[in-house]
Amino acid sequence: MAILQQILFLITLGIAGFFIRKRINQIRSTISLGKVTTLTGSNQERLKNVLLVAFGQKKMFKKFIPAFFHFFIYAGFLIINLEVLEFIIDGLAGTHRIFAPFLGGFYNVLMNLFEFLAIAVLVACVVFLFRRNILKVTRFQAVEMTRWPTLDANLILAIEIVLMVAILSMNASDQILQTRDHHYTPTGTLFFSSFLTSTLQHFNTSTLIILERFAWWFHILGILGFTIYVTYSKHLHIFLAFVNTYVAKLEPKGHINNMPVVTNEVKSMLGLIPAGAASAPAEPGRFGAKDINDLSRNNLIAAYACTECGRCTSECPANLTGKKLSPRKIMMDTRDRLEEVGNSIANGGPGLNDGKFLLGDYITKEEINACTSCNACVEACPVLINPLEIILELRRYVAMEESGTPAQWNSMFQNIETSFAPWKFSPADRFNWAKDSQ
Amino acid sequence: MTTNLEMNVPTLAELTAQGESPEIVFWVGCAGSFDDRAKRVTKAFVKILNAVGIKFAVLGTEESCTGDPARRAGNEFLFQMQAMSNIQVLNGYNVKKIVTACPHCFNTIKNEYPELGGNYEVIHHSSYLQQLINEGKIKLSEGGSFKGKKITYHDSCYLGRANNIYEAPREVLQALDADLVEMKKCRTTGLCCGAGGAQMFKEPEKGKQDINIARTEDALSTGASTIAVACPFCMTMMTDGVKNKEKEATVQVKDLAELIAEAIK
Repeated sequence: MAILQQILFLITLGIAGFFIRKRINQIRSTISLGKVTTLTGSNQERLKNVLLVAFGQKKMFKKFIPAFFHFFIYAGFLIINLEVLEFIIDGLAGTHRIFAPFLGGFYNVLMNLFEFLAIAVLVACVVFLFRRNILKVTRFQAVEMTRWPTLDANLILAIEIVLMVAILSMNASDQILQTRDHHYTPTGTLFFSSFLTSTLQHFNTSTLIILERFAWWFHILGILGFTIYVTYSKHLHIFLAFVNTYVAKLEPKGHINNMPVVTNEVKSMLGLIPAGAASAPAEPGRFGAKDINDLSRNNLIAAYACTECGRCTSECPANLTGKKLSPRKIMMDTRDRLEEVGNSIANGGPGLNDGKFLLGDYITKEEINACTSCNACVEACPVLINPLEIILELRRYVAMEESGTPAQWNSMFQNIETSFAPWKFSPADRFNWAKDSQ
Repeated sequence: MTTNLEMNVPTLAELTAQGESPEIVFWVGCAGSFDDRAKRVTKAFVKILNAVGIKFAVLGTEESCTGDPARRAGNEFLFQMQAMSNIQVLNGYNVKKIVTACPHCFNTIKNEYPELGGNYEVIHHSSYLQQLINEGKIKLSEGGSFKGKKITYHDSCYLGRANNIYEAPREVLQALDADLVEMKKCRTTGLCCGAGGAQMFKEPEKGKQDINIARTEDALSTGASTIAVACPFCMTMMTDGVKNKEKEATVQVKDLAELIAEAIK
């Protein structure tokens, strides 16, 4: 019986591992479609961002209530995973609570901490379900929050609740069994699950054994299934948010990335370098971005790191005044296009050459034209995602490859070219203001 | 008062011809040169510099658009053409220190010119005014006309979020002894006036409301009689907003430089 369980567990772990690996590889190769960017600035500052913003949740706490509850889920995720390690060892070795004898009295402290976190996660998930579905917090109700994103968010919360209930019922039945069968390693009293023991007390031992085993298997299968699910979900932020805070831009937010290809051409046009020196294109390809492969890998990591919280959109002046632009949608569209291309390549399809593009099929010009580059979205993001970078790359494509910017912008370009000011004034009049002393 | 202050504006070409070099170059910007309302800010700032006795110069007709709106509307070629020729002029004069009253010019020259070979110390006039006040060089008349009056400050995105300058403009206003009241959305969450990202040069996309109207509502709800700005584009947007709300008789939109010039001893 025990050996059968061990074999079954090994097979389950293998299958889960296979699918998780497959998804990780696909996501990694889809991100590799983006342009390589060299990270500038100090490594120390990047690590500081990871520590403060990702681990420390610094920017989350700009909105205290969600940050407070999210913190429990986050801490629960990090710490309860230690217990998953025990689950895996127990599953493979056919042991029961293998860490207990090694940790002695501390094991009881640890288990009580886990139970406290399990309760906290449970409460937080209920609060979040309430905020999304009953209170209907505005930022969760936007147009881009269609069926799947809404379902995805609710599913994650529901799964977490179920997983926590499984842990608590396992501990409750385990505690009763400890009094009836010496196979069950004593853990000492577990505060939260002991509330459940009284309701389970009247069950006979074999029922309790089944319940404990069922809860154990349910929890570990749930965790494994959840891990696979996460790779298809917005919940991937639990891993990629850490990566994103490391690769995020360090320059002041007002800085726009330079285009060295253009610098070469402009220098040769102005005679600053010999014309021949610039003619060899440094990197062939489009100016700006039409599709995901024109964006930087950092932009693509950011798309996977987005958990669709909508803090960006709720601060966006264009969105607040009813324009179509939503920075969250920019990130969601980028991710959807990434997934579409990734799946197509994985199934031997045309990949990027499917006749579709990020610009046009996902994001419209009306959206990108509405951006005031005010950086409110960048400031609001708890994990340092920069939707503005993507918007600007798309605008660059429209301006330089399509000459498709709005007519008024084209006039502005013309004015700058001919009068060296965005308005149509004679450059000779530029200093006239000084003549009139009033 | 503004009108009593003298205005003397040397150009960099003149100073260089005399074998002199200025302490700072005042980068006027396109709005400051051509827009009637912004020109008054330019003059107010010059009058402050004259009153304090700062040795400065402007580029005059040698100045041209930094390229900010072109870059933000996606035209990188045009931006870099503008940037390179400006850098050639500035480097030709061996310019070291630039002060400007436009946050967009400030951001572009400070953050985007270095990659193209233009390295200068760039200061926005709000930080510069704060510095002059702190050093005691600007002396404000006691019991000035702002004493106890409500002023609200509208954060320019290109100063605030873009460059983390939140306190300098506020400290300048506090020196006026005014009652500084904050809008609900201020500092890092300040709402854009609607002009950034080259929006100044086109009609907004379809929506429920224009951004400058939303922001003007924020400002008016503080009950302030003065909306202080530190950017020529914010000036245009907020002034239009106040007119739209038919409040121009009771609420004025003023740049920091104008407020200081009015209160200077």
